[in-house]
Amino acid sequence: MRDVEEDGLNRRKVLECMTWVGTGVLWTIAGGVPRSAGLIERASAQEMRGLTFLQISDSHIGFDKPANPNARGTLEEAVGKINAMPAKPSFMLHTGDISHLSKVSEFDDADRIISQTRLDVHYVPGEHDFLDEDRKLYRERYGRGSKGAGWYSFDAGGVHFIGLVNVVDLKAGGLGNLGADQLAWLAADVKDRSASTPIVVFAHIPLWTVYPEWGWGTEDGGRALELLKRFGSVTVLNGHIHQVMQKVEGNVAFHTARSTAFPQPAPGTAPSPGPMKVPDDKLRSVLGVASINFVQGKERLAIIDAPLQG
Amino acid sequence: MQNTLRRTLVAAALGGVCALPLAALVLPTHAQNAPVPIAIDNFTFNPQKLTVKAGTTVTWTNMDDIPHAIAAVSKQFKSKTLDTDDAYSFTFTTPGSYEYFCSLHPHMTGTVVVEAAAGENTTR
Repeated sequence: MRDVEEDGLNRRKVLECMTWVGTGVLWTIAGGVPRSAGLIERASAQEMRGLTFLQISDSHIGFDKPANPNARGTLEEAVGKINAMPAKPSFMLHTGDISHLSKVSEFDDADRIISQTRLDVHYVPGEHDFLDEDRKLYRERYGRGSKGAGWYSFDAGGVHFIGLVNVVDLKAGGLGNLGADQLAWLAADVKDRSASTPIVVFAHIPLWTVYPEWGWGTEDGGRALELLKRFGSVTVLNGHIHQVMQKVEGNVAFHTARSTAFPQPAPGTAPSPGPMKVPDDKLRSVLGVASINFVQGKERLAIIDAPLQG
Repeated sequence: MQNTLRRTLVAAALGGVCALPLAALVLPTHAQNAPVPIAIDNFTFNPQKLTVKAGTTVTWTNMDDIPHAIAAVSKQFKSKTLDTDDAYSFTFTTPGSYEYFCSLHPHMTGTVVVEAAAGENTTR
């Protein structure tokens, strides 16, 4: 902490992370403390320059339990919301659990619905996407050109994007897992990049330890972050926990997106994680997508979490 | 293998009074070892630690609205993905302590302790 203040980084490294809440009030998270900062329309209009991309997560196509009997329908609503955005985003990230049970029909439906955005989509798998016997459906559809279980990187708008897989070879009693091969690849991938390159890492399970009692974290996530320590701006985007959570640690901003299928309880507020039934008229307020904006020269990416409704 | 086959043949040949205790030794799913359930509920195995006699079949049933899968740490047994209400059974024939976990949610762990069936030592 002392180092941070001496460097004056606490001011420059403020997370401009905005949550689009109910009545359109904009929240700025400064050093992890949310405060209201004005109306969404004005502020977001100012922010919507530079590179804008979307994050969608946890579609769980095929899920039909009481928490949301129609996960296809709510994904369609999310797509409708994306198509109604005033400015077309550059592309979309999907942070996994596309399907609920890795069935061909589930992937088919997800593809049919998501393709209606007419956006390029960069996927990483969730544990629900690797449930077929040979784990080949995900790889065939979304993993072309990727390494190992499906990790890869690409560049867009001056940002280096890194898609990681932390849902395979999980160990008893443990959390999400990247593994030695992927960490070695990551080290090589970022080795020759300038420390001023903004980095966006996206993976299904949170790379930071959100709540280990429920498995919400990645065993060797700290080793990945160690490899990114020298970069001035690192943004980590995850799914899996079906709710918005955010944290800033040094140069790293962590953010998890809502699901489009069903919410899960806040850590420790229920006996276990899992689909949470909310009143029908509240469901769409806890589902949604995230819009992320990067302006060259700003270290923090602005993130707006837009619920399907409310 | 040879030994088991010989005992089975002996058991079959003897019949009558002798058949019962011998059958208990050679047939792992004999009726005296009815399947023992483990419920998967709220992301936990219930009971979390289960003790059974050798030859007992254990059946896991998924009561959650999310899929789970059973995997032995030693890789001796592994279920396919269990959707809601799906079940998986495994018969434990060898005494020992079997640690297992959910391969989708590895923070979920459990143990099956298998004790020697009564009279088993006499046949070794």
